[in-house]
Amino acid sequence: MNKPVDRADTLGYYRRMQAAVEELLILRGVMTQGELDRQVTDMDARTYKRGAQVVARAWVDPAYKARLLADPRTATAELGIDIGPTHLIVVEDTPKVHNVIVCTLCSCYPRMLLGVPPHWYKSREYRSRVVREPRAVLAEFGTALPADVDIRVHDSTADMRYMVLPLRPAGTEHVGEAALAELVTRDSLIGVGLPNAS
Amino acid sequence: MAENSTRPAVPPLFAVGDRVRIRNAHPPGHVRTPYYCRGHIGVVERLCGAFPNPEELAYNRSGLPALPLYRVRFLSRELWPDYSGRPNDVVEVETFQHWLESAE
Repeated sequence: MNKPVDRADTLGYYRRMQAAVEELLILRGVMTQGELDRQVTDMDARTYKRGAQVVARAWVDPAYKARLLADPRTATAELGIDIGPTHLIVVEDTPKVHNVIVCTLCSCYPRMLLGVPPHWYKSREYRSRVVREPRAVLAEFGTALPADVDIRVHDSTADMRYMVLPLRPAGTEHVGEAALAELVTRDSLIGVGLPNAS
Repeated sequence: MAENSTRPAVPPLFAVGDRVRIRNAHPPGHVRTPYYCRGHIGVVERLCGAFPNPEELAYNRSGLPALPLYRVRFLSRELWPDYSGRPNDVVEVETFQHWLESAE
């Protein structure tokens, strides 16, 4: 896609505002340049691989899965993942229910587990359509659900953040945890995709 | 939620399973209630705890006392009469208590 927002380094309104806010934060002593750079580095280091690690553990360990659904903060901390102040809800796919995440109002996203959101997640197109015609949107991602599966769309309108726990792919009974994590895609953690087959 | 227990909070009026209607209101300013669910009836799926009111936070006020935040489940076909998916498809929305009224 080649939308105007994808063209980098044009000094548009929001780029200038971001630069001004950054300068003010430093000039006013709210934070140092080093602290700001560290935050950016930390944010860039967080990717959906964290979420994939959590999902793979839940697939191989039913007790862990139960803890993850009941108390995501503690369960992610068990794997050394600090989700900070995020109020996380993990929604579990079943053979009869498929979950999809959106923030129709803006772009709320579980960055501590999935990293920076993809551009399309913030687009008006995705936000307005996925609640209204989820199967059509999933089809555009190449995702087809069985005919007897209901869809549950979660609109992240306030303080909670969501991650999907997708179904473990069929035929992976003998695949180890690390290899299972490799099957988990970012889109499957948002619910517009499914994990890769082994 | 334990971390919310030290600040003043409004007690919850609704419980899981209650039928609630989202107020069909259109106040000015920053609100976090999508238009598509206003005036519609759903069921409380869970209480999320109490959080400062974002409609106040947006204007640099405290947002206290914290308000109960609910997840409300709507049937997609009730939100959109021409919805073409399955009859049990749902949308779940986080809503603060002052947007809810009983629909029992």
